[in-house]
Amino acid sequence: MDFLNAIVALANFVIVPGLAYGAQLAIGALGVTLIYGILRFSNFAHGDTMAFGTAMTIIGTNMLLALGITFGPLPTALLALPFGIGMTILLVLAIDWLIYKFYRDQRAKPVILVIVSMGVMFVMNGVVRFIIGVDDIRFADGERFIVTAREFRDMTGLREGLAIKTTQALTVVVAVVVVAILFWFLNKTRTGKSMRAFSDNEDLALLSGINPDWVVKVTWMIVAALATTAGVLYGLDKSFKAFTYFQLLLPIFAAAIVGGLGNPIGAIAGGFVIAFSEVTITYAWKKVLVYLMPDSLEPDGLVQLLSTDYKFAVSFAILIIVLLFKPTGLFKGQSV
Amino acid sequence: MNPTLKNTALFCGVGLLILGTGLVQGWNSALLIVNMGLISAIMALGVNLQWGFAGLFNIGVMGFVALGGLATVLIAMPPVGEAWAAGGVQIILGLIAGAATIAAAIFAQRRFEGRMRVFMTLGVLVIGFIAYRGVFDPGVIAVEAVNPAATGNLGGLGLPVIIAWPVGGLLAAGAAWIIGKTALGLRSDYLAIATLGIAEIIIAILKNEDWLARGVKNVIGIPRPVPLEVDLQADPDFVTRAAEFGLDPVTASTLYTKFAYAVLFTIVLVILLVLAQKALNSPWGRMMRAIRDNETAAEAMGKDVTARHLQIFILGSAICGISGAMMTTLDGQLTPGSYQPLRFTFLVWVMVIVGGSGNNFGAVLGGLLIWWLWVMVEPLGLALMGGLAGLLPETSSLRETLIDGAAHMRLLTMGLILLLVLRFSPRGLIPER
Repeated sequence: MDFLNAIVALANFVIVPGLAYGAQLAIGALGVTLIYGILRFSNFAHGDTMAFGTAMTIIGTNMLLALGITFGPLPTALLALPFGIGMTILLVLAIDWLIYKFYRDQRAKPVILVIVSMGVMFVMNGVVRFIIGVDDIRFADGERFIVTAREFRDMTGLREGLAIKTTQALTVVVAVVVVAILFWFLNKTRTGKSMRAFSDNEDLALLSGINPDWVVKVTWMIVAALATTAGVLYGLDKSFKAFTYFQLLLPIFAAAIVGGLGNPIGAIAGGFVIAFSEVTITYAWKKVLVYLMPDSLEPDGLVQLLSTDYKFAVSFAILIIVLLFKPTGLFKGQSV
Repeated sequence: MNPTLKNTALFCGVGLLILGTGLVQGWNSALLIVNMGLISAIMALGVNLQWGFAGLFNIGVMGFVALGGLATVLIAMPPVGEAWAAGGVQIILGLIAGAATIAAAIFAQRRFEGRMRVFMTLGVLVIGFIAYRGVFDPGVIAVEAVNPAATGNLGGLGLPVIIAWPVGGLLAAGAAWIIGKTALGLRSDYLAIATLGIAEIIIAILKNEDWLARGVKNVIGIPRPVPLEVDLQADPDFVTRAAEFGLDPVTASTLYTKFAYAVLFTIVLVILLVLAQKALNSPWGRMMRAIRDNETAAEAMGKDVTARHLQIFILGSAICGISGAMMTTLDGQLTPGSYQPLRFTFLVWVMVIVGGSGNNFGAVLGGLLIWWLWVMVEPLGLALMGGLAGLLPETSSLRETLIDGAAHMRLLTMGLILLLVLRFSPRGLIPER
């Protein structure tokens, strides 16, 4: 019984939140990695693209709610998501046409594009604050829990409860769907194949008649969709605040790099590596250990490796350790 | 136009902007802008050393600035004797145990091969970590229990605060050495993200290790290198002198201390600027630029690229550390929560790019100009938005949006400036010669 209790406690505090957070990071990191693979620079504006998409989705949600439309037990934001994605696609395409295209045509060094993306980051950050302000916004409606801790206890008779939030389950389901569509697209469609060819060897791809402008456009559209989805899932799970999205940039980059920049499978793996290391290292293990160990050996402290405030620090420590041993990431990313 | 004339005109232009601020908003605000502008100029000088001279992409400026701030606490605050007695030795022993663990792990890495290596390294790390926490944690608990409302930390050495400025540079240099040793072999994007991450780690440590600098409880009342305003107001000589200028004692004293800071900061800036100019025009500086422009060629000529990169990375970070110590001295308090990358890393980058990367005077100009803008965008934006809103009818909802929006003009403006400069004048206001 104690063993089961320990597993449930672990699932409740580590596995379920880790899975949801990992999925959010993975979708975010996929966007970063696609930009890196095809446009060949690290996009610092990605966090703010996520924030913009989420802000648009929140506005869409509010409009739907004003019309009296809800999504039953699911969050209404899901219905507004296509609107958010559409607006974000328009914005990133405009930004690419106005700003990035110039440097691409000049064949500027990647590091210049990184600095340009810093400028875009500033502007987008300002625009998002302008549109929706700096307050904490909760926009999850519908059912809050699939299983609450009390229901679980009543059902199983265990001492530990297991709570699964709707948003957590939703995150994982949406992530699976999104990743499946993305990989189908990259592997099976003509455009997807030309994107991969472009990423592997630009000159060869151009020689074989691939239209680079189209590849770039499609990449931005996919990135906008991924960024908005990741942003909305994160916002539903926690809450929306312009500044947190900027901070999310850090673990997202860590995930993309740990997996290997430019490698989509790596981005997904990286997302979960980062999420689970953050959760396990900052989790107080006492609860689990109490069940597993004999009474005489019970730990006095919380058995927490690091305090929760070190969350971001953990993702970077992992990043640096991985880079030291595998300079191109776990799944051999590109080294331009 | 002759470049010297143009540069002089540019600096005069910034001077006029500050003068104008003084006339409109009062001399206290103008001096405040000057002081932070000088500090920003020093930060920009440090980043310019790394990016402009050597092409190193460091976006962890915030971390080095914060380490400089930490130095002021460690140097200038009085020691907390009780806390030292309670757990000071234990904390030191814990830190030594931690360092020994890392050293042993590195040794195991070098000494063993294959599977044995992984096993030994992990074993050393796990045992070392348990030992470190075993010694360190009780010490921390004991120290943080000592009068937590006022101290709860070990305090500093109680030395004059000016000493903290070079020490801040040394702390930052030490951190840069560790980062450089591990991350300089990486390509530019990876280095950038590694520095970004390390800056976050430094801030996380500052926020959480209360025994060190009280964490988010902040250290206030750091001793100052200039006289206190209240002391000046109580000084009859000062009051009569102020009256001769036609100033009331309160205004005169605030102006006097701010001006004293400005003089100190100018001295530091001038020293660093002279050194940076000497470095730029020396064989060493030419080598740096050669490495920046063509690494492969420089390597073929027998230059040790990684060693030179490490050198300039440390120097640039040390300058950022000095500026951080100066800033905390000016504030009189260390507030780890206020360190944000948008302000302390990316804004410094805007200064360097706008001023002109590769040119020290450009960095200084950029620092002063962008800082002025950063401060003034809000009131200017508010005036502009107010003007626009005035054209709209009272009931319009857009009116409110515009006025609320003025508060967020800062980031937008900085981003626009950065993008416009990169597009139309990528070499900046004072280009590299």
